[in-house]
Amino acid sequence: MLQLLQSIFDGISIGSVLLLSALGLAIVFGLMGVINLAHGELMMLGAYTTFVVQNIAKAILPEFKPTAEAGFLGNAIAFVVSREMYIFYALIAAFIVAGLVGLALERGAIRFLYGRPLETLLATWGVSLILRELVRSINTLLAIAIALFCLLFFGALTVLRRNPIVVPRWAIPANVAISGAITFVAGLLMANTKKDFFVKPWFSARNVDVTAPNWLLQEPIKFPLGAESFPLPRTRLFIIALTILCVLGTYFFLNYTDWGLRIRAVTQNRSMSSCLGIPTAKVDALTFAVGSGLAGIAGCAIAMLGSVGPNTGQNYIVDTFMVVVLGGVGNLLGTILAAMAIGTVSFLIGSGTLVTLSQPIEALKPLTEILTFFSTTSMAKVLVFALIIAFLQVKPAGIFAPKGRTAEI
Amino acid sequence: MKSKSELPKSKLKLDRALLKEAGIIAGIVLFLAVIMPLLIPAFRLKLLGRFLALAIAALGIDLIWGYTGLLSLGHGIFFALGGYAIAMYLKLNGPEAPVPDFFSLYGVSELPGFWRPFYSFPFTAIAIFVIPAIVAGLLGYLVFRNRIRGVYFSILTQAALLVFFNFFNGQQKLINGTNGLKTDKDVIFGMVVSSDRAQLTFYILTILFLVLTYALCRWLTSGRFGRLLVAIRDDETRVRFSGYDPTWFKVLVFAISGAIAGLAGALYVPQTGIITPNAMEVAFSIEMVIWVAVGGRGTLVGAIIGTLLVNFAQTFLSEEYPAVWTFFQGALFLIVVTVLPDGLMGLLKYARSLPFLRPKLITYPQLEENPEVQQEREEFER
Repeated sequence: MLQLLQSIFDGISIGSVLLLSALGLAIVFGLMGVINLAHGELMMLGAYTTFVVQNIAKAILPEFKPTAEAGFLGNAIAFVVSREMYIFYALIAAFIVAGLVGLALERGAIRFLYGRPLETLLATWGVSLILRELVRSINTLLAIAIALFCLLFFGALTVLRRNPIVVPRWAIPANVAISGAITFVAGLLMANTKKDFFVKPWFSARNVDVTAPNWLLQEPIKFPLGAESFPLPRTRLFIIALTILCVLGTYFFLNYTDWGLRIRAVTQNRSMSSCLGIPTAKVDALTFAVGSGLAGIAGCAIAMLGSVGPNTGQNYIVDTFMVVVLGGVGNLLGTILAAMAIGTVSFLIGSGTLVTLSQPIEALKPLTEILTFFSTTSMAKVLVFALIIAFLQVKPAGIFAPKGRTAEI
Repeated sequence: MKSKSELPKSKLKLDRALLKEAGIIAGIVLFLAVIMPLLIPAFRLKLLGRFLALAIAALGIDLIWGYTGLLSLGHGIFFALGGYAIAMYLKLNGPEAPVPDFFSLYGVSELPGFWRPFYSFPFTAIAIFVIPAIVAGLLGYLVFRNRIRGVYFSILTQAALLVFFNFFNGQQKLINGTNGLKTDKDVIFGMVVSSDRAQLTFYILTILFLVLTYALCRWLTSGRFGRLLVAIRDDETRVRFSGYDPTWFKVLVFAISGAIAGLAGALYVPQTGIITPNAMEVAFSIEMVIWVAVGGRGTLVGAIIGTLLVNFAQTFLSEEYPAVWTFFQGALFLIVVTVLPDGLMGLLKYARSLPFLRPKLITYPQLEENPEVQQEREEFER
């Protein structure tokens, strides 16, 4: 019994990571029917942002030492300005960084592809490749080059657009070529200085480690259960709390704000919303940015669970998709249920808890054998996929199917 | 359906076009099979052979994506199944027979049951097509039956890919897990697989099967079946309202495509010398799609050209600058999708429509040749 409870807790904590990462994807998918294959990379960016913020915090913020003479208030203030608080700054920074990248992605590529969801899939895969390689090989030179190119290109574009004359079609490729050439020359000049400062990669291809702040690393909280008790690690509890906060925040944003109302309207009927004066392009951009920002927060959470590398996002992406498929489109409750179900079931199977439960019962012997075969993390995925396919035979559109004419996607 | 109005004249024209196409293909085949081995070193030839095998898989992708509008991100499964089938056959007939060496590492002394049929070549030859086709058909049936389509289908195929990857990766005792099966030192029909003669044979075989696959796809897509596939792509609901059940057509075409990918895998593996679960990586299956997209979806020639171009570009670029290649590949995905949705073949079509290259405008040739229309027109003009 104790073991079952413990496993369910672990399952829920896995499920909450899944939910956190699926939340942004679900909103974007519900609104635009776009599956963002770069979602995992946005999470990865969030994780790297956490890493950077942690290092900055270590460099500039003091350590937290509670002193008796400072009193409660003094200690509290000392705590807030100490490096113990970095995780909250990291959360905000991750949200902003991932959100901005998402916004750029939407403005730069996805908005040209509405109504062609399959092609969005390919485009976002391209973006995910670029982001992965970018993190691996980014150095000061590359960063300056990208900034210079953007400055030249968008600067020229703004100047052109401000003119009363119509911008000719060849202007944009010409702009790309000229800005590219200038950037290339500048890059060569910088590379020729042979300064380590320019060409040293920031992160390298190896994984980086994020350590949770001390107050999360302390002794696990004991959960009493009769005479016995089982430990609840604080990091896990923090992630669960974070997930609950994010879900509540998303819920309130969607249901109690003006922009939330607009997003829901566009999700239900895009053309009608457009006719009624809702700026659908803005809604799309905003939704994508918020969804990406949530991915950044999820990245912050996974950074605390283990080391992060350029390929971190790939480990989560398919599971996240399965949550969206199972949960149904445009339904927060469905997403929550699906994430918890997938998390708990795969942990229960993968950790072998179900095996130990069914072993004593003689009648379940064949079941025990099957469960033993699937009782590793990767094999659990096989069984969970089979279960999802089986479930979709009964409810093809997920747990909560959208009603009405929106059902045709 | 042959209408009565089809004149012998138009049929003659069609035959002549087909003949011309066959002539061009024969020329290319001769060039590839006879002249290429003399022109380029063995190492590059092996590379070309591998890419031609991949082109077969690309034809399969084109069949379901370009013509039927189903974006499968899981073709690596079928590719790997075909590859594993031939590798198992080779293992069982190589120097390591009867029980391949790696089994002893995991304490398995007896050959697992499912390996046994692969002793026989006929069984293997059939299994290469049939196993992927069955897996594809089953997966397709379970998905299409519920009218799951579009992005959902793509995600499910990707998830299935991951599941197979996990399965093959995790089962050391059955299939040597991560290490995969090496076929270099095995023997096929008295030839060591990595010997030059065997490699040349595989190269020629690849060309042969590429032509056969091309002919099959050409036949499938040109008739009524092909028009139905395009109809499913463009408006599935309407196809259903017209009295067809798209499910079975989709299952069928997905199974065929799976079989083609299996064949590609079986030709690819002996030329590479190894099959590992990495053939079922997410990235590889998406790359297959981009080959087709670069060449031009919905054109069979485009799929082949795209595969060769992208793969050779990859070889040359990643030999020199591996990082640049990844950036380039990412950019390729973005550019093809946003700027060149019809790929290189689309570009060719666009170039032909430029003023100085434009051929004589022909609209609705079937109308011009239709005797009823001709008659009506004469009556009208009279």
